[in-house]
Amino acid sequence: MAKKIALLQGNEACAYGALYAGCRFFAGYPITPSTEVAEVMARELPKLGGKFIQMEDEIGAMAAVIGASLTGMKTLTATSGPGFSLKQENIGYACITEVPCVIINVMRGGPSTGMPTGPSQSDVMQAKWGTHGDHPAICLVPASVQELFTETVRAFNLSEKYRTPVTVMPDEIVGHMRERIEFPEPGDLPVVNRAVPSVGPEEYLPYDTRFGDIPPLAAFGSGYRFHLTGLNKTADGFPTNKAEVVQREGERQLRKIEDNIDDIVLYEEYLLDDAEIAIVAFGSTARSARYAVNEARKAGIKAGLFRIITYWPFPDKQLAPLAARVKAIIVPEMNLGMTIHEVKRCAAGNSKVTGIFRVDGEPINPGQILDEIREAGK
Amino acid sequence: MAFDYEKYIRPGKLPHIWCPGCGHGIVMKGLIRAIDTLGLEKNSTAIVSGIGCASRLPGYLDFCTLHTTHGRGMAFATGIKFARPELQVICVGGDGDGVAIGGNHFIHACRRNIDMTYLIMNNNIYGMTGGQFSPTTPMGARASTTPYGNPDPPFDIAKLAIGAGATFVARGTAYHASQIDKLLVEAIRHKGFSVVEILDSCPTTYGRRNKFRSAVEMMNNLKESTVSIKAAENMSPEQLQGKVITGLLYKENKPEYIAEYQKIIDDAQEIYR
Ligand SMILES: Cc1ncc(C[n+]2csc(CCOP(=O)(O)OP(=O)(O)O)c2C)c(N)n1
Ligand code: SF4
Repeated sequence: MAKKIALLQGNEACAYGALYAGCRFFAGYPITPSTEVAEVMARELPKLGGKFIQMEDEIGAMAAVIGASLTGMKTLTATSGPGFSLKQENIGYACITEVPCVIINVMRGGPSTGMPTGPSQSDVMQAKWGTHGDHPAICLVPASVQELFTETVRAFNLSEKYRTPVTVMPDEIVGHMRERIEFPEPGDLPVVNRAVPSVGPEEYLPYDTRFGDIPPLAAFGSGYRFHLTGLNKTADGFPTNKAEVVQREGERQLRKIEDNIDDIVLYEEYLLDDAEIAIVAFGSTARSARYAVNEARKAGIKAGLFRIITYWPFPDKQLAPLAARVKAIIVPEMNLGMTIHEVKRCAAGNSKVTGIFRVDGEPINPGQILDEIREAGK
Repeated sequence: MAFDYEKYIRPGKLPHIWCPGCGHGIVMKGLIRAIDTLGLEKNSTAIVSGIGCASRLPGYLDFCTLHTTHGRGMAFATGIKFARPELQVICVGGDGDGVAIGGNHFIHACRRNIDMTYLIMNNNIYGMTGGQFSPTTPMGARASTTPYGNPDPPFDIAKLAIGAGATFVARGTAYHASQIDKLLVEAIRHKGFSVVEILDSCPTTYGRRNKFRSAVEMMNNLKESTVSIKAAENMSPEQLQGKVITGLLYKENKPEYIAEYQKIIDDAQEIYR
């Protein structure tokens, strides 16, 4: 059977990806340039028996999404810069209580109201460090409409599997562009559901590490009753100040991610085998970079592209050897220098790392990157 | 036979954190009696709270319980109830939690009219953080952040709830303990969003700063400063001066949010089947 094909906007693809993954609950608050995600969910969810609610603000939307997830549902919220900032406290709550949920943050210029309709890639650090305290972070940065669909599905899978919130962050260009998309049929993409307890209600504890670093989460209303709190907690979900328990639980929460980096980190390598100059880019900037690499190759310069798809955890394992191999790395990004610091950390002085930074609301065009490649090639 | 509270208390979770003389325990016992009267199922009742001394209440009770972030209990509860309407959802918290930081969620929960109950324990102070003034601290009162007396006028929570569209609003006090469960029973039975404000006392951080010599004196003050809505009917405006009215203050029937949303689902499924 022929695949269903459509011309779709990135944000719309994101909503359809969520539905494909089994998301049946959305809570949000309107904000440009993410609103289309909410609009599609408002239209589509009732058809599937799902629930859409527009909350009074982003704090409430994040709270509602966590509450609904606790009843066993897959839940989504979508926002942009200012709203992403407001969600941070409750994102931390989802991290410490280990409740799965997915957050779409379509990146616009900032800080503050910034440039509501202008593209940006300046929330990547907030995606990791935005909420206070040590916590796990998974953040995906798709570069096309098709990929927004598939990465949103993957975000749900990772969230359910690792019992943690996952953020998907297209820049405004990717969120708003229209492209041809092939809808995956049911079964084409894996869909992961959270583990359910294998013990009865009498024995169940929400953080029972006898079942490993990611203990099963029961649902409210499913016959299991338990307590969750944002305070540091013990296996039974109740608060504790016991030093060794707090230390152990804190470490476990990070280990959930660190021990599974290979399962989480996705990237694309383009013409890197013999490359002397590597571009490290993501989102719409990676599309310009790919074009620039092709142009450079035509001009006889051995350039290649490393495209980040999983931004957090950062692809250290791939970038460190790459830096040891190439002469120079160029990091174009729509901010004033964020990813470059991570790349420099991975490069550890083994190659020259330069950046192209832009926050004027214009995309980084291939010509700009090509100029930098030429410069580095001298 | 004496009422068996322990049936509803989580094994091993007492003693509670509340100070001697704190009114929160009285309110919790009222809630337990209400739950018992209604025969609520432990597995299908969710009790949610924000942060504060009052918000510690859910942890002691043997139900599906969620202790969330400061002021946000109502929004978490909204998610739970909307996602799984068959759960009975009760949200609890203090005055700071409910009408300061959580004020926005509070008024919108009132407006939306989802079938849940909000129990707000109003002790006129931020107890947990050591007695800073709250949006219900009376003018002139002393708090750690109003060392010269409070210049900031207070909210009337019940009026706020009614104004925001709550369809059931009642007020009781920690002194009138046997009324608490009666109000809560009616509130929980009500189909729509119900608010029960219990005037409460914090001897530790409010009483001491405001010339109450003991917790008992604070309790007596709750008795003396309030009058039931029934008794108030036969009192003159002069007699009612300075009195706070208690009892069922407001009740109406309005479309309930989840029932309305279900119609949307039914229609959408009919059309797109
Ligand atoms: C975002 C945030 N701001 C501030 C606090 C600090 N805080 C904890 S409890 C509390 C006030 C609690 O007062 P109330 O809700 O009236 O309950 P009570 O302790 O009096 O029962 C505050 C301000 C917090 N935990 N989180
Ligand atoms: S500080 Fe006040 S509100 Fe908190 S437990 Fe003590 S008496 Fe109760």
